[in-house]
Amino acid sequence: MSAFQSDAGGFASKTLSIRVFGVGGAGGNAVTRLLLNPPGDAKLTVLNTDSQALAACPVPDKHSLGAADMRGLGAGGDPGMGQAAAESDEERLKEMCAGADLIFIVAGLGGGTGTGASPVLARIAREAGALVLAVVTLPFDCEGSRRRKQALLGLEHLKAEADGVICLPNQKVFKLIDENTSLVDTFEFTNELIADGVRGIWRLVTQTGLINIDFADLRSALKGRHAESFFATAEATGPQRAKEIIEKIMSSPLLEGGEMLTGAQSVLVSIMGGSDLSMAEVNRIMEQVNRHAEGAHLILGAAIDAHYNQRLSVTLVASRFQVEAPESPGTIESHRSVAADAPEMETHFLKRNESVQHTQRFVAPPPELSAEKTQELLQARGMTGGGRRRKSANSFQQQLPLEIVSKGRFEKSEPTLHKGEDLDVPTYIRRGILLN
Amino acid sequence: MFDSANIIVGLEIGTSKVCAAVGELNENGALSVIGIGQSKSRGVRKGEITDATAAEEDIRNAIVEAEQMADVEIRSVYLGVTGSHMRGFNNHGVHPVVSADREINEDDVQDVVRNAKAVNLPAENYVVHAIRQHFTIDGQRGIQNPVGMLGARVEIDVHVVHGNLNRIRNSIRTVKGLQLEVEEVVFGGLASSLAVLNNTQKELGALVIDFGAGTTEYVVYSNGVVKHTGVLAVGGDHISNDLAYGLKLPLGRAEQLKLEHGGASMDEALRGKSIALTNEVGLPARNVNCDHLRRIMSLRIEETLQLIDQDLARQGLHEYLRAGVIICGGGARIPGIQDMAERVFQMPVMLGQACSINGLSDALKQAEFATTIGLVKFGSLQHKSKAGKGGLLTGIKETIGSLMPGRRG
Repeated sequence: MSAFQSDAGGFASKTLSIRVFGVGGAGGNAVTRLLLNPPGDAKLTVLNTDSQALAACPVPDKHSLGAADMRGLGAGGDPGMGQAAAESDEERLKEMCAGADLIFIVAGLGGGTGTGASPVLARIAREAGALVLAVVTLPFDCEGSRRRKQALLGLEHLKAEADGVICLPNQKVFKLIDENTSLVDTFEFTNELIADGVRGIWRLVTQTGLINIDFADLRSALKGRHAESFFATAEATGPQRAKEIIEKIMSSPLLEGGEMLTGAQSVLVSIMGGSDLSMAEVNRIMEQVNRHAEGAHLILGAAIDAHYNQRLSVTLVASRFQVEAPESPGTIESHRSVAADAPEMETHFLKRNESVQHTQRFVAPPPELSAEKTQELLQARGMTGGGRRRKSANSFQQQLPLEIVSKGRFEKSEPTLHKGEDLDVPTYIRRGILLN
Repeated sequence: MFDSANIIVGLEIGTSKVCAAVGELNENGALSVIGIGQSKSRGVRKGEITDATAAEEDIRNAIVEAEQMADVEIRSVYLGVTGSHMRGFNNHGVHPVVSADREINEDDVQDVVRNAKAVNLPAENYVVHAIRQHFTIDGQRGIQNPVGMLGARVEIDVHVVHGNLNRIRNSIRTVKGLQLEVEEVVFGGLASSLAVLNNTQKELGALVIDFGAGTTEYVVYSNGVVKHTGVLAVGGDHISNDLAYGLKLPLGRAEQLKLEHGGASMDEALRGKSIALTNEVGLPARNVNCDHLRRIMSLRIEETLQLIDQDLARQGLHEYLRAGVIICGGGARIPGIQDMAERVFQMPVMLGQACSINGLSDALKQAEFATTIGLVKFGSLQHKSKAGKGGLLTGIKETIGSLMPGRRG
């Protein structure tokens, strides 16, 4: 992989077209942040329903969503409005997405525009043939349970539409900042984190590394997987930097102390260092990642940047796949329209929740439905595929949290991991044996 | 009353108990255990100290008890260490013989062992043991002792056991805090295997599983040498924890149930039976289903054994275990574990007992003392090799001072 590059990577700088969409207020802010230090020739776009916010945004390429219906007054925290706005501007969005290979959707979930419009944009982008990665934040707990519910709902929708969703729960950011941080700085910080994530992946696919990851690798890892991902970045200097970085990453609250790595099916590691980056360091980092995420599909990228003198920076994205969606575009359409709210799936969720046997916390795959069956279901409910998404958005059943297995006396000790399994959890639970 | 030079003390800071054993070497070099002290352990999880103050107190109690029983003063101990950070692997060292007459002398042997020990390990790792397996001289394999033989090139295979330096230091510090010297740190699994295996079994090839409370260690011998070692940070504590979780009981009660009604098999006689639990005033509080109890236990034990089995299969060691499997540690007391292990490993399984040592026969018979007795035995081997030259484990001696900060060269 280091010596040869596949076509997509080889001409990356010329042909790979990457677009970043900031959707809604938070998305706009994050993209603004990205603008300060843009990764390469960035095509940054901001979409918002609120024309006032849009006017304040320094990003040159900005578009108002649903201007006809809402007169630029914003979605008022209603995802339905955001969705409607995006759907009414579908043609324009299609134009914007055309020709892009990789599309980032940056949004803050919980509000109206970001939550409602991003899944629509993701669908449009995917239909345009791009690999769609969404980088989203979840609201702080103090923003209230309603926003939180909306955000989780939006996340589910987004996961069903995008190839990968990188999720940054704001609440976890709390643990990263110190208590006296001002509100402004806190949001700056989350924006910077998001920008970091986008930059990290950007760097990964565009820059030619020693151990190169190119767009094709990313695509094969994520395409159609509807992955939910968590990411962490860390930077260190000094002779012990490899060790330090691993410690930083493993203790990162964003990965829940490395726990998120455990169940990950795919782990993407991008290592960036100066010319003094040694193989032993790469090896040490990968060894640790490997140990935590045994059995995961590891994608390693290492690149040298002359500016990184003495510095070492690692971006790690751990993904849990949701469902291997069929690739053919014909079925995607029908699949998508039932994925959100088929009655079968709701009961399916409940069944999964009752039995604790599932070790992975990802959402159970929706049942495979043939096109006829879909039609049948829709007719039975007196609906057609077209205008029902808007209505159904709020009736979507949220996934109940799986039973959290308490680790009892091992709560505080180092987890015993074996091939990604936490051996501290009782065997009968991991093996899914029911005690009647 | 005793010559303290002939007193050897093994100390194991275990997850469920801290145990010290006092051994005495008589003038013929025979070892007998003359005192045992133990104390319930409170500051240890998964084989590693988590509360140094509590652990220190427990160690003191165990040492005092052992001192009283053996009527000696304990000044230094052989310390057993374990934990999930410990790993073992085989390594190879090469050394060209430079002397004009091509005779291999003691220095060559030291050099080749040093080369084999120079493993590419992260700086924070410490090599606890580098156990000699076999020498090879100019391609001729299987040489036990090359000193005095002729050759141009000596090679050696060693089994290296290493662990995290700071975590090992933690145990040493705690012991040193009690004004006790640490002669040497010894991997717990290795100590257990020394206690329960005789030479024939080592020669034939055997697997020793020390099923402790916090960790399960295993050591594979073949052709008289250590071939493989491993640690799983799973043990009896996990069983209690599983029971507490599955049967919705407090941990203490679960622990008690495990000891009184536990077992590795699903007993037909127990099917559908239940155990009545009483509350603190003796009134019946609730019933616990025996089936569930046994199922939770047997699944955990089976899994632990299977993990070991898988590891051996990966290393391709099954064919070498002609003497079968020996189980020791507290887990050996689980009824039915022998049958369960026979089913998992598909070979004869025995429960371990300390052998070829005299003394307190009650203590020697108990499987949970295997590590501590083994530490004494390890100490006696060191002792003998110090007195005379050459022994099973020479060359692994490292001054403990090098382990402690401030005194490193």
